[in-house]
Amino acid sequence: MSEAVNLKARAKAYKENTKDIKKRIIVCAGTGCIAGGALKVIDKFEEVIKARGLSVAMTINKHEDGYQVSGSGCQGFCQMGPVVTIHPDKIMYCKVTPADVEEILEESVLKDNIIDRLVYTQKTTGKSYPKKEEMPFFKNQTHLVLKKVGDIDPTDINEYIALGGYAQAEKAAKMRPEEICSLMMDSGLKGRGGAGFPTGRKWDFARMSKGDKKYIICNGDEGDPGAFMDSAVMEGNPHSIIEGMMIAAMAIGADEGYVYVRAEYPLAVKRIRAAVKAAQEAGILGDSMFGSDKAFDITVMEGAGAFVCGEETALIASVEGKRGMPSPKPPFPSDRGLFGKPTVINNVETLSTIPVIFEMGTDEYKKIGTAAAAGTKNFSLTGHVANTGLIEVPFGETLRTIVYNIAGGVTEENGELSPDGFKAVQIGGPSGGCLTQEHLDMPLDYEHLKAIGAMVGSGGMVVMNQKTCIVEIARYFMEFTQNESCGKCVVCREGTKQMLDILTDITQGRATMEQLDLLEELAGVVQKASLCGLGKSAPNPVLSTLKYFRDEYVEHIEGKRCPTGQCAALRSYSIDASKCIGCGACARKCPADAISGEKKKPHVIDAGKCIKCGACKEACKFGAVLR
Amino acid sequence: MQNILAFEKAGQIIEKYEYNQAKLIPILQEIQDEYRYLPEELMVYVATMLGTTSSHVYGVASFYSHFTLKLKGKYVVKICDGTACHVKKSMHLLDAVRKHLKLTEGQNTTPDLLFTVETVACLGTCGRAPAMTVNGEVFGLLTDETAVAVIKDIQEKEQANHE
Amino acid sequence: MKTNQTVTIDNKQVPIEGERNLLELIRKAGVEIPTFCYHSEMSIYGACRLCMVDVEGMGMVASCSTVPKAGMVVKTSTPEIRETRKMILELLLASHQGDCQTCRKGDDCKLLALANRLGVRDVRFKKKGRNLPLDLSSPSIARDPNKCILCGDCVRMCSEIQGVGAIGFAHRGAQSIVTPCFERDIATVECIDCGQCTKVCPTGALTIKSDTTEVFKAIHSKDKYVVAAIAPAVRVAIGEEFGLESGANAVGKTIATLRMMGFDAVYDVSYSADLTIMEEGTELLGRVTSGENIPMFTSCCPGWVKFMEQYYSDFANNLSTCKSPQQMLGALVKETLPDIVKKDRKDIVFVSVMPCTAKKFEAKREEFKVADSPDVDYVITTHELALLIRERGIMFNEMEPEAFDMPYGFNTGGGVIFGNSGGVSEAAIRFAGEKLTGKKTEDYIIREVRGEDGIREVEYDFSGTKLKMAVVSGLANARKVMEGIKDGSRTYDFVEMMACPGGCINGGGQPVSIDRLARKKRTEGLYRTDKMLQLHKPQENPYIKDLYDSLLGVPNSNKAHELLHTHYHARSRIKSDRIDKPAETDKLPISICFGTGCFIRGSQKLLSQLTGFISSNNLEDRVSLGATFCFEQCDRGPVVRIGEDIITHCTRVKAVEALTEKLHL
Repeated sequence: MSEAVNLKARAKAYKENTKDIKKRIIVCAGTGCIAGGALKVIDKFEEVIKARGLSVAMTINKHEDGYQVSGSGCQGFCQMGPVVTIHPDKIMYCKVTPADVEEILEESVLKDNIIDRLVYTQKTTGKSYPKKEEMPFFKNQTHLVLKKVGDIDPTDINEYIALGGYAQAEKAAKMRPEEICSLMMDSGLKGRGGAGFPTGRKWDFARMSKGDKKYIICNGDEGDPGAFMDSAVMEGNPHSIIEGMMIAAMAIGADEGYVYVRAEYPLAVKRIRAAVKAAQEAGILGDSMFGSDKAFDITVMEGAGAFVCGEETALIASVEGKRGMPSPKPPFPSDRGLFGKPTVINNVETLSTIPVIFEMGTDEYKKIGTAAAAGTKNFSLTGHVANTGLIEVPFGETLRTIVYNIAGGVTEENGELSPDGFKAVQIGGPSGGCLTQEHLDMPLDYEHLKAIGAMVGSGGMVVMNQKTCIVEIARYFMEFTQNESCGKCVVCREGTKQMLDILTDITQGRATMEQLDLLEELAGVVQKASLCGLGKSAPNPVLSTLKYFRDEYVEHIEGKRCPTGQCAALRSYSIDASKCIGCGACARKCPADAISGEKKKPHVIDAGKCIKCGACKEACKFGAVLR
Repeated sequence: MQNILAFEKAGQIIEKYEYNQAKLIPILQEIQDEYRYLPEELMVYVATMLGTTSSHVYGVASFYSHFTLKLKGKYVVKICDGTACHVKKSMHLLDAVRKHLKLTEGQNTTPDLLFTVETVACLGTCGRAPAMTVNGEVFGLLTDETAVAVIKDIQEKEQANHE
Repeated sequence: MKTNQTVTIDNKQVPIEGERNLLELIRKAGVEIPTFCYHSEMSIYGACRLCMVDVEGMGMVASCSTVPKAGMVVKTSTPEIRETRKMILELLLASHQGDCQTCRKGDDCKLLALANRLGVRDVRFKKKGRNLPLDLSSPSIARDPNKCILCGDCVRMCSEIQGVGAIGFAHRGAQSIVTPCFERDIATVECIDCGQCTKVCPTGALTIKSDTTEVFKAIHSKDKYVVAAIAPAVRVAIGEEFGLESGANAVGKTIATLRMMGFDAVYDVSYSADLTIMEEGTELLGRVTSGENIPMFTSCCPGWVKFMEQYYSDFANNLSTCKSPQQMLGALVKETLPDIVKKDRKDIVFVSVMPCTAKKFEAKREEFKVADSPDVDYVITTHELALLIRERGIMFNEMEPEAFDMPYGFNTGGGVIFGNSGGVSEAAIRFAGEKLTGKKTEDYIIREVRGEDGIREVEYDFSGTKLKMAVVSGLANARKVMEGIKDGSRTYDFVEMMACPGGCINGGGQPVSIDRLARKKRTEGLYRTDKMLQLHKPQENPYIKDLYDSLLGVPNSNKAHELLHTHYHARSRIKSDRIDKPAETDKLPISICFGTGCFIRGSQKLLSQLTGFISSNNLEDRVSLGATFCFEQCDRGPVVRIGEDIITHCTRVKAVEALTEKLHL
């Protein structure tokens, strides 16, 4: 039985221990940068600093005088990783390798010089930005949730405490549950997982439900392909999630919590497990929250590979050891959830925002964002843009700012900037819709997006250039959804299967216009009659792309042609006689014997035999094969 | 007959979770971590120990992609087909790797049980797409050649170990 | 009861009177909402999406999971709802193997009926059926996964109501199937053959295994003497197949029809039900006196018997050793008829007509044969009988009633009420009462054991001797009671166990009625029949008395035991092919059973003890130690096989002894 934790004492001790640190080298150790070799960079820093006879601290548990090297969560600038930021000036270096470490130490740590070749240079202007805060990528963002994610050492609970961590939970422990719920409702915070339900209201329902036992569940089953916002928070600032859960527990009267993390995020699992352990050892989690009579403890559970478990009733079934199949609502989880008890399920980002709101105060918080959507939203920005990565912007921000100012503009396949390359942005993953040129200046928030048939979703944002076949994108998302459908309700199980079938026919040039009508009709039924959110939102990409790119669909069906040339089955290959020298290389490669011609004379492709594999184009050294 | 120790270890895992039926998924996860797949006998054993039916356990094991009822290769290669990776041609990587390992249609594991090749919905490395993992180790910003090179490296290492 | 709270349904004001959901309220309003997955006794599943209705302000919602609130305005048909329902049917038909003309389900198919009812004229989707193998392994149930629409009714029935869970969902999404574990054949897993799944299955995915062809062969064969025996519960339900009211006793017509079809004799299973009471009642009194093997469980329900053998084999000695009425009659007929009709035993064919599918399994049990000749050759269900009659074209309703053949056609009321849950108990009390009190009475109706609850407890006082009884139906209830008996929280002298909720009148072989009161009406029908008979107590049956005088002697005599009693054995739940001969090696094979029965008796401890013994004596290369599942001797565990020998109640000492001997240590 540990005594009530003394946050102030810990914070003070940490500040004492770190007051003599000259410079801190923060290497991004999110999953992305680790894949790029970030851990090797960290090791190299430790090695080199020690070799210089300087004192280096990797972890802080006593007074350090020298240099601190630590790994942080995702710093957001993923395309340029591994990223290293040197504090206190916040100089950011990109694409750092172990070979760069000696120079960085020599120039930027021991001295105050900047290494130009490692600094970010913007392609459009050629301008360099050594300081993180001046970079267009970061300048246009508003970091509330991500503020600590790219800075702190997620494995050090004391750093979190020193920066004010857990102080909000301590404050909340002295409030009454109604007060906490009231505060949350006042803040206007809406669930960040996709549904956008007012968090305060959800807590209040659960608070009022009768039950001898209540639960808080953190939904870390971020399964949207192309989304990694929650992963970054779980990896980079796990304690904020724990703190959010504690406050939620106090609000509704829960004494037990679960964090459900998908198994495909091993680093997130590791970090959050370690954070829970650290919080237990510090006496923050356990029999008494900050000396109150309220107990709260957390169990971390790994998912087992089912996207549908992101749906709350399916998640509950999974925690109960069952197949992850959703149940009809009502009853709602706040009424009858886990093991039949009142349960609140909140998304990672939502929970991480709660300590921020308590600290800022609801008035300040509401100043950010729009009237109907307060605060910020994390987006994982990917696709054909110059700078992919993790961003946080206030609600109401426009797509134009995000794509051009933050992400640096649309690119071609080869990474070259393409000024007119913007085609569309898929927002919300497989449950979302697309935004086009006409929406570039639309404020992004729940209402505006809903009005045009899209949704904020969990935060996945994929930018697509003109060479992307939008029909193939719709088909791709349908394939994903179909694969992940749990199979319980007829509508989603059979409906997505048949929709995928039609979409595949379209991309293979076999479809008819009747099938297009049927696709639309079926999409409408699936949207309205499915049992759960997965089914209900499965048709969104199809309906959205049909709305804005109908002609592309029609071209595939009636013209039997893919305008972007992406759909393999609709490509046609021909030989440009003016370039062909008759070497016969293509004919030899052709697996279907579709190319004929005499030596040294232009060859010809028989369209009837051609299987459109593209081998001839690859073989031709003269660029004579056209597609 | 199953190795006698298989049941002991499984028994320990079940005991650790206090024979709690709700913990079926973590129990199966730990058993799979230990044996790399879920043998039928062990699933029946777990059902008996937890006081539930074999159909229930089979239903759970077959629902989640993570669980495998067949033995996998020593190296499990997961190629990410999340949106960001897909848009950056992750499926080409898949074809290249499969071709290199001479896997036929429907075959995911090499006959010598060295490699299993799968696709996974999203690894969360979207900023460094296209990506793949081999036994958990992440490789990003791949091309057909570099992806196959990773496989080749492992093959050479394994060859060296045998000599 | 809130009577001034109303919901408007299709412009009609309907009061809310405790209905759980809108669907029930809408039914009360007189509209039959289409649904596949809604059954009032089972949990709400919400998968078929057909029951959607329009609620003002809420849009389209599923009525099965929407709580009625005063003031709601509901429309059960709108253009959107019509389109949705049709599309759902189209989707189902697209992935359904549609060979309706030759399908086992025939006219009873709900999918076909609904497609017709909703006017579906076109399936615009590509056919995407799967080609899964049929499973005809079970004697009672035929599985065709290609017809399954994944409504989940069978899964919930087997798991929630019957507490068995032999089938469940597997895989995910469009790959989902309903299957026994590991996709094995159903006969190799825990299924107890009750057939309740076939009654809730809306399509031909689960149907009763038909024996009608064999029966026809027998009837048409000149040298066979074919006997039909009709069970009590059949008579109050067979009429439903021909438009008669539930509960009407149509036995007279049935007998006439069977004779016309070519059966040489028609007997009454109620007769052998009386006989069963004589034997079982005497057995019970004996046990009550000696105090041994109490509580006594009834053994006439083969589903219950298999259930007990699989899950509670420790209590095998508590089961009555009496055969069921079906098997008693079969044994009796095959024993006595050859002399009477001058035919060899092998030329006598016994066909029982049962409300029950598990009886098909029972008839095939090894114990019920005499040198390869079964006592009961074929079992057909009530529903199959109707199919036989229809195939023959006999106009059931126009038949003049006829009577059973003697001597096996006379029964008392005690025998006929066997079909109800509580019937066996009531008949037993009618018998035991007089024996215990020594007095004859005119009373025979024992209301305390009647009722609709799945578990009913009765304490009956026979002038000082108290008998505590439980009447149980539905196996989930049986499990509850067994657990209570195990942990001591429940004590009884006698427990009647019926697998099917409500008893045999609701058996797996009974017609599926749209009348929701059918079960109740059938129950009442049997009690009415009882009332109309002259005799009500089995011991008063003169033909039974004759039987004892001429053949059996007294109840529980040796002859009675030979013909009318049996024994049971533990069953493994999942048939494993691993219980085979150990591989031929020069190492001595040791197998320790890790099935539950042995496990709770200490097989794991034994394992570590033996492992220790083996290593401390350096025997690793002389023995091979393995684990296995179930030698089916669960009550004598832990069971260990060393070489060819099976050691029960194995301890470290016994095992070491055996090892020492075999290895010449």
